[in-house]
Amino acid sequence: MNDKLNFNQIQLVSLVLLRILIGWHFLYEGVIKLYSPSWTAKGYLLSATYMEGFFGWLASDSMISFTDTLNIAALIFVGVSLLLGFKSSWGSIIGIALLIFYYLAHPPFPGYPLGPSEGSYWIINKNLIEAAALFVIFLFPTSSFVGLDRLFVKKEINPSTT
Amino acid sequence: MAEDKKLFKGFSRRDLLKSLGGIPILGAVWFAGINHDKKSKLERDFLLEKLNIKATPPPESGPMSGEPLRIGVIGFGIRGEQLMRSLGFATNEWLEEMAENERKNPNDMRLADFKAQENLNVKLSGICDIFDVRAENALRSFNTNDNTCKRYDTYLDMIHSGEIDAIIIATPDHWHAPMAQAAIEAGIHVYLEKPMTHTIEETYTLREACRKNPTAVFAVGHQHRQTQSFLTAMDALEKNTLGHVSLIMTTTNRNDDNGAWQYDIHPEASPETINWNAFLGTAPQVPFNTEHFFRWRKWWAYGSGLSGDLLTHDYDRINCILKMGIPKYVTASGGIYTHRDGRNVPDVMHVNMEFPEFSTGGTQRESKEKGMTFVYSATLGNQFERGTVLMGHDASMKLGNTLSIYADPRSTKYRDLLDDGRIDPNVPIFQYDPSASGVDAVTSATAKYFADKGLLWTYRDGKRVDSTFLHIREWLSCIRNGGEPSCGIQEGFEEAIAAHMAGLSYKIGRKIAWDEASESIIALPGEDLDAILLNNEV
Repeated sequence: MNDKLNFNQIQLVSLVLLRILIGWHFLYEGVIKLYSPSWTAKGYLLSATYMEGFFGWLASDSMISFTDTLNIAALIFVGVSLLLGFKSSWGSIIGIALLIFYYLAHPPFPGYPLGPSEGSYWIINKNLIEAAALFVIFLFPTSSFVGLDRLFVKKEINPSTT
Repeated sequence: MAEDKKLFKGFSRRDLLKSLGGIPILGAVWFAGINHDKKSKLERDFLLEKLNIKATPPPESGPMSGEPLRIGVIGFGIRGEQLMRSLGFATNEWLEEMAENERKNPNDMRLADFKAQENLNVKLSGICDIFDVRAENALRSFNTNDNTCKRYDTYLDMIHSGEIDAIIIATPDHWHAPMAQAAIEAGIHVYLEKPMTHTIEETYTLREACRKNPTAVFAVGHQHRQTQSFLTAMDALEKNTLGHVSLIMTTTNRNDDNGAWQYDIHPEASPETINWNAFLGTAPQVPFNTEHFFRWRKWWAYGSGLSGDLLTHDYDRINCILKMGIPKYVTASGGIYTHRDGRNVPDVMHVNMEFPEFSTGGTQRESKEKGMTFVYSATLGNQFERGTVLMGHDASMKLGNTLSIYADPRSTKYRDLLDDGRIDPNVPIFQYDPSASGVDAVTSATAKYFADKGLLWTYRDGKRVDSTFLHIREWLSCIRNGGEPSCGIQEGFEEAIAAHMAGLSYKIGRKIAWDEASESIIALPGEDLDAILLNNEV
């Protein structure tokens, strides 16, 4: 279905912009963690207020280095894929999965401790909104118009120029 | 190449721009990320180099090889059971309970941690407990095909049996010194729970016994000496990171029955199952009662309340770092304010220990670098965590399982860095978290939040460890390989005298002074300090 969507210019620019903004965010987070050798998700996972068993397992001694590596790799992959427009649907799905994990570990549910946070949230927080935005990116792919994918699908696409 | 050409055939410049436009953005973001890390790393390295504090590796205790040591335990109550687990011996009941807990909650690591503990190559050969239920419980679990464990009626029988190399004492306080002394004089190694003694007099006689029998290895059970953050704190103090320390604040904050020594009373306790006279010993002869037997910490006759049970931990922690020794003056006050249940030891207590001649060195002129107060403040009616803080002219240190150092805005040492804005007094200039792989000068608010919640445990070489295990291991290593335990007779002597001075001041309501030259607590004419200390009137 992806290649059959037709957007007008403004829609296309807006969607590409959204994709790039989110990619930027993921990539920067990933790169910062990649170059900070002492960084670990252990504290975040151990202080989970929801599904503590699962997150505690991810933070356990035998799992934590795998969890950290996978997290960094996933962040960078999502960032690169959205920025470059390469396998962006995969990037969107993996990004959504990551954000849901972050969301569930510290969900802003009523009655749950909020933890360190720069704002006030009730049920909805920025992780959830970013996940929703990624879902939009998944549903309305743009990488065949602007992105590396264009190289591979050039011949099959026929963007609307109205 | 031929295929490449085909791929790009029909591509305009506009197409290429649209295809590859993300690459420069990617480069910019990646570069910005590296740059951010580089900058914060430079800033951090600069501070760390300036402070030069090392996350000191623990002193290695030696191998556990050779013939298995034969250990006897006196007192198999709450602490006795814990110590035996650190030694590698858990009761069948505990193992079953932990297995059940593990089934219910896979994150409960207590059983797994116990099983993963290093084998200390010892035999638990003897048990001495005057409550039959506990002694029989121990025998059921430990007298097995692999390990012969025998019950002794009295501690003297055990010490002189010839079948025990070393003993661990976890009895009420009033039995600590007599048992330890008998063992040391018989050449048996001793691991003694704190406080080291119950009276002033015993403190001297036990030290004398240890001096006369140097081959018997004696250790006091202040396991906090093994906490790695304390070892790092020692290094920070040696590097004079704090400047002259004038005030130290330590606290106990508890708010539950167990914390207030309201331990469970065993349903099978009776004059038939408990050797009451053996419990009393030299204590006032009162009729059998289970309250005194199980909750002995609540009376001066057997225990020493906050000053002996908990102040000793805090005092020893700081003495471990600063080696400040016995205070010149001690004043104490407090009362029974939260648990009016017949006890006669205070449940709220504040102790000020003065060290007028003590200096940690510093950066100012000499006259401003002498004198220190150690404050201990305790309540059993509220558990708000007040922590431990060492306050120096140049910086303050918050000390727990993690360690943070904050520069003081009026510091001499950090003046230039403060003026240049390179140090923010609200952000730690040094932070040590034993679970992280290194040290950090500047830490984010988030990391601080997690650390403060105690979620990052005490680790050694990346492995979670129990400090009691390390402390016992150190004692066993000294027995096997030589060396001095970190909390030996001298440290125990200082701990006991400081605690007794606090207890005396609380009881007399007067400043108690230590005379260093004669190594004695100054008494007024006709005053019997031990009688005052043990006095059971509230």
